[in-house]
Amino acid sequence: MPEERIIGIDLGTTNSLVAYMESDQPVVIPGVDGSNLVPSIVVLDPVAPDAPVSARSVTVGNSARRALIETPDRAIYSVKRLMGRGLEDVQEELKLFPFRLADDIQPGEVLRIRLGEMQFTPSEISAYILRQLKRNAERYFGAEVKKAVITVPAYFNDAQRQATRDAGRMAGLDVLRLVNEPTAAALAYGLDRAKEGIIAVYDLGGGTFDISILKLNDGIFEVIATNGDTHLGGDDIDNLLLAVALDEIRNEHGIDLRQQPDAIQALRKAVIEAKIALSSEPAAKLDIELPGGDRYRREIPREVYEQLIQPVIDRTAGPTRQALADAGITPDKIEEVVLVGGSTRIPAVRALVDRLFQLSARGKKPHTELNPDEVVALGAAVQASILAGSSTTTEELLLLDVTPLSLGIEALGGVVARIIQRNSTIPASATEHFTTGVDGQTNVAIHVLQGERELAADCRSLARFDLKGIPPMQAGLPRIEVKFLIDANGILKVSAREQRSGTESQIEVKPTYGLTDEQVETMILDSFDNAETDFEARQLIEARLEADNILDKVQKAESSPAWKLLTSDEIAQIAAAVAHLTATKSGSDLALIRAAVTRLDHATRNLAEKMMEAAVSGAMRGKTMQTASDDLDRTAGPEIHAPHPFAKAEFDDSTKIEPDPEPEEDQK
Amino acid sequence: MFTSPATSAPAACWACATVLGRSPLLCTACGKVQPVADSDYFQVFGLERKLGLDLAALEREFHRLSRKLHPDRFARATAQEQAWSLAATALLNDAYRTLRDPIQRTEYLLKLSGLKIGEENAGKSKAADRHPPADLLEEVFELNMQLEEMRMNQKMGEDDLSLQAGLTAARGKFEALLAEVDGDLAAKSAQWDAGDPATREKATNAMAALLDRRRYLRNLVRDVNEVLSTATT
Repeated sequence: MPEERIIGIDLGTTNSLVAYMESDQPVVIPGVDGSNLVPSIVVLDPVAPDAPVSARSVTVGNSARRALIETPDRAIYSVKRLMGRGLEDVQEELKLFPFRLADDIQPGEVLRIRLGEMQFTPSEISAYILRQLKRNAERYFGAEVKKAVITVPAYFNDAQRQATRDAGRMAGLDVLRLVNEPTAAALAYGLDRAKEGIIAVYDLGGGTFDISILKLNDGIFEVIATNGDTHLGGDDIDNLLLAVALDEIRNEHGIDLRQQPDAIQALRKAVIEAKIALSSEPAAKLDIELPGGDRYRREIPREVYEQLIQPVIDRTAGPTRQALADAGITPDKIEEVVLVGGSTRIPAVRALVDRLFQLSARGKKPHTELNPDEVVALGAAVQASILAGSSTTTEELLLLDVTPLSLGIEALGGVVARIIQRNSTIPASATEHFTTGVDGQTNVAIHVLQGERELAADCRSLARFDLKGIPPMQAGLPRIEVKFLIDANGILKVSAREQRSGTESQIEVKPTYGLTDEQVETMILDSFDNAETDFEARQLIEARLEADNILDKVQKAESSPAWKLLTSDEIAQIAAAVAHLTATKSGSDLALIRAAVTRLDHATRNLAEKMMEAAVSGAMRGKTMQTASDDLDRTAGPEIHAPHPFAKAEFDDSTKIEPDPEPEEDQK
Repeated sequence: MFTSPATSAPAACWACATVLGRSPLLCTACGKVQPVADSDYFQVFGLERKLGLDLAALEREFHRLSRKLHPDRFARATAQEQAWSLAATALLNDAYRTLRDPIQRTEYLLKLSGLKIGEENAGKSKAADRHPPADLLEEVFELNMQLEEMRMNQKMGEDDLSLQAGLTAARGKFEALLAEVDGDLAAKSAQWDAGDPATREKATNAMAALLDRRRYLRNLVRDVNEVLSTATT
């Protein structure tokens, strides 16, 4: 197709995906490794300390997983939790996630995260993920991609949306639209059926929860109400399980792992696997080697697990009831419920949804036909197609979304005067008139807030700005008209006019936690990347780098213990794939090199898994008893005390189960 | 103050010069979005200024115009048309939100008629809403005493069931008054729609008073609900 393609991107807390409308069906575009999910993990690759900035490189996705354990100080995951936030917003996250922030961040400043010797804003980290997705799409199409639709949690505020859009720009993408995740999911579901009626989308992902109530009518998807919690998701369940395990390890083995990032990451990986297993099994076992050789062994029955996580899951009930109340409907009027996000695989979550919407009582079941990890990306692709006007399937579709939070301005006495109510269809606008309080006054300060509370101090500060250049007049005489407009992305724009003199006031709207255009400009990734301007040439270079990279890894792996576990057949296949790639990579046939890389990647998959297992237990073993007891003496970080201990595991050593190869299923 | 008299010269489409029809936001001839003029919410939908409205028809028209005006339809258009689409859709959404709700619709119409209603401006004191209607002075006074006592009790962690019952009864009474106001408003709306200018002026004043009373009652019921909901949890 000659015209420009628009891709749909789900930039998730745990995983990210890119999708595209292939004729009349949305499809997810896989990465080099064949996986549809790109884990939202970014690693700054190690470089020599004196290397120039241009030598800097990052790894994103599945290949970055290992670094979480091997070089945790250079890796980051769940960065979405920091998007558009200030220092005082993230104190809770800092207790639970291994985010390493720069020491000199001032209140009101955009956060900076330390990776190795460098610092990055959350938008830059997200930009690396977006760039990876962009490249995956370019590789798939064999052509450059410049335009995208990106999804955000419906409950994201203005600053979080701006930060996401900035990330897109840094990645070299023109972000045509930010779409709310639950609405995107509704689009993906509504595509192939002419549904009418009221539906609910319950979206519990890795780090965010959204609930949206929509009215479907002849291709129009009209959101009536939305609510949510941008600090609630599968991550919280992981943290809870992790906290229980850490407490138990300290109490029973006298080892405090809280100050050991690598050991914590290995333990986190184990509890996530247990969590996933518990969605289908009656019990899961944890069996982890501790520094010093002891083992931490636990059996977690489903019952205990569900008791433990119920308080986390129950936090979704309040926003759900509020959304129903705002929509002015009772649960029995909801005709269909769509489940989105990896955490909706948890049976206890499904039970709660069933109760909240009285589903089984009405002989209904929630919709789970589309993969809950992929449905948001598929919907983003549908929206991209609507914008492109490129498909007859989507021609008649239109999404009418709402703003999740009320917009207000600070009035006398620190109270908030609401000017746009939550759940107003966007674009939405409000016009307010201001005047001066002192003779000759030429500036009026305006403080814009987002939130539902009465006092400005309890709401989210969006921006402060001055109406400048008011002609000097008697107090109360100037009449300044300020227009607030929330656009289709849910982002605020402000313009002002002095009506008596007819002068257009100069206003500068500075987001409270945002980057200026100039700052974003300096963070455009390609400016660091000394990228080739020629797209073809860049692709060829990248493919060769990728080839060198994997050849190098395979060569190193030959001396690893995991190599000895391979069958002779596997070794022969690897050798053949290596020879093939070595022969093709110096040529200039892009497709051929890529095919050869993929072949070698497939041949070494088992090897990679075995090495991964070894790395995990190695990280645990790497600690000496001395460092472990040092850590124990320190008052170790924020403490979370386990509400319920897990049941003691009854392991029979004679039938010790080998851990399964890591399933790539992970909640988003 | 009247914003725009309905008698201004008919506007023409910027692209094809056809005189604009029912909605000033869209050219029916060439389908192009128009720069937002000083249209009021009724004009956006091509409606007469009336308080009686067919809500189903309003929704259909909202959907029809949304399909034509929404920024999603202009992703490939010029920057100028994109800006017009954004402004036109914002106006359409604001108009729909206001007109579909009978109270907001009435407040808006009264505002167009030059009356200042409710919390129009930011920073404006809410004192007017705190002024009890003369005929309710006594009851309101008593209710406020009960509310205060209940709040004190709650602070001390005490439950007073008879007080709770009293408040529940008062809530029922004020809710009934609220329903009465809504009935009166509907009657006055019909008078306004059907009346000559003199009748309209009278109806306008009556509705303004009813809206003030309604706002007061609504706040009262909200306060009682707040106190009672903390009591039951």
